[in-house]
Amino acid sequence: MFGKLTWSAIPFDQPIPLITSMIVIVAVLGVLAWVYWKGHLPYLWNEWITSTDHKRIGVMYIVLALLMLVRGFADAIMMRAQQALAVGQSQGYLPPEHYNQIFSAHGTIMIFFMAMPFVIGLMNFVVPLQLGVRDVAFPTMNNVSFWLTASGALLVNLSLFIGEFAQTGWLAFPPLSEKAFSPGVGVDYYLVALQISGVGTLLTGVNFVTTILKIRAPGMSYLRMPVFCWTSLASNLLIIAAFPVLTATLALLMLDRYLGFHFFTNDGGGNSMLYMNLIWIWGHPEVYILILPAFGIFSEVVSTFSGKPLFGYRSMVFATLAICILSFMVWLHHFFTMGAGADVNSIFGIASMLIAIPTGVKIFNWLFTMYGGRVRFTVPMYYTLGFMFTFAMGGLTGVLLAIPPIDFLVHNSLFLVAHFHHVIIGGVVFGVMAGYTYWFPKAFGFTLDERIGKAIFWCWFIGFHLAFMPLYVLGLFGATRRMQHIADPTWQPWLDVALVGALFIMLALVLTFVQLAYSIKTRDRRRDVTGDPWDGRTLEWLTLSPPPHYNFAVLPDVHGEEAYWTRKQTAIREDQLIEEPNYQPIEMPLNTPTGVICAFFASVCGFAVIWHIWWLAILGLVGACAIFVWYAWRDEHEHIIPVKEVRANARERRRIRMEHLHELSQST
Amino acid sequence: MTAGTEAPTVGLTHGASEDTGLGNRGPQSKSIVVPYGFWLFVLSDIVLFSALFATYASLVHATDGGPVTNQLFDRRLVAIETVALLLSSFTCGLAMIAAKRHHMTGTQAWLVVTGLLGLVFLSIELYEFTSMIAEGAGPQRSAFLSAFFTLVGCHGVHVTAGLLWIGTMMAQIWAKGFRQDIVRRLLCLSIFWHALDIIWVAIFTIVYLIGTLP
Repeated sequence: MFGKLTWSAIPFDQPIPLITSMIVIVAVLGVLAWVYWKGHLPYLWNEWITSTDHKRIGVMYIVLALLMLVRGFADAIMMRAQQALAVGQSQGYLPPEHYNQIFSAHGTIMIFFMAMPFVIGLMNFVVPLQLGVRDVAFPTMNNVSFWLTASGALLVNLSLFIGEFAQTGWLAFPPLSEKAFSPGVGVDYYLVALQISGVGTLLTGVNFVTTILKIRAPGMSYLRMPVFCWTSLASNLLIIAAFPVLTATLALLMLDRYLGFHFFTNDGGGNSMLYMNLIWIWGHPEVYILILPAFGIFSEVVSTFSGKPLFGYRSMVFATLAICILSFMVWLHHFFTMGAGADVNSIFGIASMLIAIPTGVKIFNWLFTMYGGRVRFTVPMYYTLGFMFTFAMGGLTGVLLAIPPIDFLVHNSLFLVAHFHHVIIGGVVFGVMAGYTYWFPKAFGFTLDERIGKAIFWCWFIGFHLAFMPLYVLGLFGATRRMQHIADPTWQPWLDVALVGALFIMLALVLTFVQLAYSIKTRDRRRDVTGDPWDGRTLEWLTLSPPPHYNFAVLPDVHGEEAYWTRKQTAIREDQLIEEPNYQPIEMPLNTPTGVICAFFASVCGFAVIWHIWWLAILGLVGACAIFVWYAWRDEHEHIIPVKEVRANARERRRIRMEHLHELSQST
Repeated sequence: MTAGTEAPTVGLTHGASEDTGLGNRGPQSKSIVVPYGFWLFVLSDIVLFSALFATYASLVHATDGGPVTNQLFDRRLVAIETVALLLSSFTCGLAMIAAKRHHMTGTQAWLVVTGLLGLVFLSIELYEFTSMIAEGAGPQRSAFLSAFFTLVGCHGVHVTAGLLWIGTMMAQIWAKGFRQDIVRRLLCLSIFWHALDIIWVAIFTIVYLIGTLP
């Protein structure tokens, strides 16, 4: 009846997961109860959960990402504490099977459920606004994507309380992840959660490529798109090309585990190196899926706060697309030690080094954008400068790793761990934090506190360097990754420094929530009245903050690059806005519970598959598909926003803008 | 299905434009956006199959002492399968022509024929699979057979999904008539069905033809 699921799946004998899950369950129930009794449920349901508004969905993605950042960081600090404690004679406080789950969960959560939702959330919020349109190509599918991602996150976190998580690292390499060596449900949690969220990500890719290529404001030709839209396009093209490979690879491993196939097993002719090749054909583009949008964010930020157009816009576009293509030609550098031979290794080594060229082009473009500009040192700008310093260094250690003989020495060592944290924290995390601070006023109508924001930046910056520079050293000493116990006591000082670094990062996370609470509390004196708090250059700053549901009363007519900047300068010069257009009623897509219902059934199906409850799995699968048949049956697709409402909102915006314009022209 | 008569895409109520090919005259109409997005999805599906093809190619000789391709495949059976599937693509095209003319009986009839031909294809595939498993050449036998069953089976799963989709489309046309959104969905269905043909041609060549070379 319940497959493999019994009471023994609950970790009654392990205090750490038991107490943690108790606290989480109480907290979640508490929040739900509060929402219910305060009567917020209808609001949440109508305005957020079932919303097809790209801005709302973007915010939900980022909320998910911040929650998962906390979860992933909890894993990180436990690892750092364990390694600092378990040196020499001491065994630390985490048994090996628990420690293995923690590093696997840390990597899985941070990449799939923190970095991906954060980046996709920012794209969701910003791209349609920057393109000057009202929503993405497929608003309902967008909602489905979000909820499928959330479903995957739910399953991963459920493994804390029911059963166990994988002990096989964030990519579950066989043969260790095969049934013979990992008979528990841990790897199944990993596989099922990633399959479900992977579908969500693929749909996001389809949605955004269609949006960017087919739905743009009049006059917004390709080479007038903001760079963030270009990097989002590149990132989503990579999603379409790479995520199906992940789906296929994980499906093959599932067939091995569930039905006794022989793809990656040691017997039956299986070949585990095939898994390495397949997973990294997805895995390498994946890091560019994350970093390219971050590059886009830095481009927007550096141009806005230098008060200059981006230097070398076209070279930026070409560099982005070059990275997009090259990212598919380097996967083998993740396992030079496979023994493919000197010729194959050299080709992949050289291809990897080639990526440094377009990346270098970008770094110089950002530097030259600042050169001669009037740079304002705001929080997003801090992150951008911190990124340029940190990422360039991390990139250089990447070039070192791309040299096969060096890679043979430091393969799977802490040197590698330090390298990829260097580029992911220095690149992706700094990027999304810059984007979060930069676009926050657009989403909520008030800015985040600058002082606390700068403190957060310094905590991240100092914390990162303290936490990971020692790992480079230890890696060169020969420390391999994923060690639950450190035999050599002379490594102790380096591990202590790394722990202190992790504590700094913890302070950064705490301050992030303090900043949020403080900024909400003092929002009345930090209102963004004009909708353009940073003197921006792209179209998202044309509309009010927060934007109306339909973004723009009339789709903006785009002339030249920097659509909004041109328009703003003309208005200041002539001291008047463009002529009032003829407003029309606007059709917007209706909200729909399809996404959340589909994700509910997908979660049920996933849970049942993990625990071999076959009747429930079939029920879940049928439910998840049937909801779309039901959805296809609907007769109403859109609701109309009456012209009266559109006109009233637009006139209010024009009034605010006119006031602002007079202030500007008086001051100059 | 002409672009000019379509309701424009999300939220665009004025200035709906002629297609310039570059899409720089404002958002495209739904009749362009929906099939375009679906094409991208089909491309991603083809990427998925390419991973399975690569797996098959690298494991085809990993037979673990078990049967090899020449001993298993029957060209005549596969020929019938192929003819059924290619014909079903043709009848799917006829259904689309009938749908364009809003011809209810024609559309429904050709969709039924398409579905039946798909069913013939699936039955032959199932027969092939069951007889192979009965001979002891099931997917658990060797890495080669795992790869074979997965590649061909994944195509079979797609055909099954296509059959279910044909069923729901027939019901939608029956209940709602040739509404623009439903005709767009029908177009997506036909893209999907043709894509399955393309993938089958590759399977036919790489798995069966090369596999039965003397």
